[in-house]
Amino acid sequence: MAEYTLNTPLTDEDITPLKAGDVVFINGTIYTARDAAHKRLMDLIDKGEATPFELKGSIVYYVGPSPAPPGRPIGAAGPTTSYRMDTYAPRLHALGQKASIGKGKRSEEVKAALKEHKAVYFGATGGAGALLSKCITAAKVIAFDELGPEAIRELTVEKFPLLVINDCHGGELYAVPDRKAAGLED
Amino acid sequence: MRTVKAQDVIAPVANMCREANLKLPDDVKQAFRDHMESEDSPAAKEIFRQLLENSAMAEETGLPLCQDCGLAVFFVDIGEDVIVEGSLKDAVTQGMIQGYEEGYLRKSSCDPMSRANTGDNAPAIIHFDFVPGDKITINFMAKGGGSENMSRVTMLAPAQGWEGIKKFVVNRVAEAGPNPCPPTMLGIGIGGTFERAPILAKRSLMRPLNDTHADPEIAKLEAELLDAVNALGIGPMGLGGKTTCLGVKIEMAPCHLASLPLAVNVQCHSIRHQEVVI
Ligand code: SF4
Repeated sequence: MAEYTLNTPLTDEDITPLKAGDVVFINGTIYTARDAAHKRLMDLIDKGEATPFELKGSIVYYVGPSPAPPGRPIGAAGPTTSYRMDTYAPRLHALGQKASIGKGKRSEEVKAALKEHKAVYFGATGGAGALLSKCITAAKVIAFDELGPEAIRELTVEKFPLLVINDCHGGELYAVPDRKAAGLED
Repeated sequence: MRTVKAQDVIAPVANMCREANLKLPDDVKQAFRDHMESEDSPAAKEIFRQLLENSAMAEETGLPLCQDCGLAVFFVDIGEDVIVEGSLKDAVTQGMIQGYEEGYLRKSSCDPMSRANTGDNAPAIIHFDFVPGDKITINFMAKGGGSENMSRVTMLAPAQGWEGIKKFVVNRVAEAGPNPCPPTMLGIGIGGTFERAPILAKRSLMRPLNDTHADPEIAKLEAELLDAVNALGIGPMGLGGKTTCLGVKIEMAPCHLASLPLAVNVQCHSIRHQEVVI
């Protein structure tokens, strides 16, 4: 288990050494998008229009933050469950997105896309929204303002703590449930 | 008979929504500390450390514990000796809207088809019941989507019995894996009808984590399920470990002789609920 500090945008050279279980701290710019924003992104791509941020080398954080109280750049900002973005992720990786941040399992299609396009899936601690917001120093909405918590935001992060869940070599960190020990035969 | 003005619940409800979202109940924090001790894996220990730090951070900054401040679920028990002046339903909803707005809490309620956000987290999900006495007891829970999505209801055949129930629950937890932000709490509703079972399951999530069922037979089943689920070894955040689940609560109700309804309501580690008595 190694520890890395990476600056955005990410390159192939940043991704290749990462193995499931490694700890990664991110500095730089990451973009928020969840269900509704992903759908809109797809529409833009289908129409051949420009995306609100440069996909190449990007990190997309699956999060819908709570409103920022006065004096803070953002509210609580922990990850949302990633599988809902599985239909969109392979296409975005094909267009250059290098990483996503979320929680929970990914589909086989997403894992294949990580291998094919040299990308990585990071996990952040689910439910640690207050704690994670400490590493976000600036936030601004850059698209789809009307989506409220689901709008696309540009976040500036410092030492944002992540775990590599799925690497680009097929490695995965999540524990395989011990069905036998739990009394399930199948 | 006692008269209560519906208006009088607005402020306490608003307050409860704000507080519950940034302050974990003491028994939940204690459970985090205890399990941090008992876990062997450094990753599992680290998750509990982060969850405790997160809770301290929320209390210190006034930020909610989790960005998903949930749909607002209420169980309102009205004493049969109370006369309510005005609309209790409107007052609870108004208190919730106020609490979510003033507390900088995320509003997650949206139209199921257009997905347009309702903007104020309304409508509140309110379950009314009548109980003996002259008080109104309001229980509030902030129910996040990540764990709610991992919940299931099913209609088992009576012959499947306890073995069938256990298998369904353990399977559900295994399939959910890291998705519902484990360590979780499980609310299990057994019996009643198709719609009754999940309400029993949800209501059981209002019980304190360290509470065992008053009926020793049911308490035994709760312990048995907890052991089975934790044997899966999914662990905190799915990273492996002894603590997949912090507690199992079961509520039962008589059912049709042809049926065995079962509901599993999954609650993430962010167990946010409070009670107010008026
Ligand atoms: S499952 Fe619970 S802790 Fe996890 S993101 Fe949702 S509300 Fe927060």
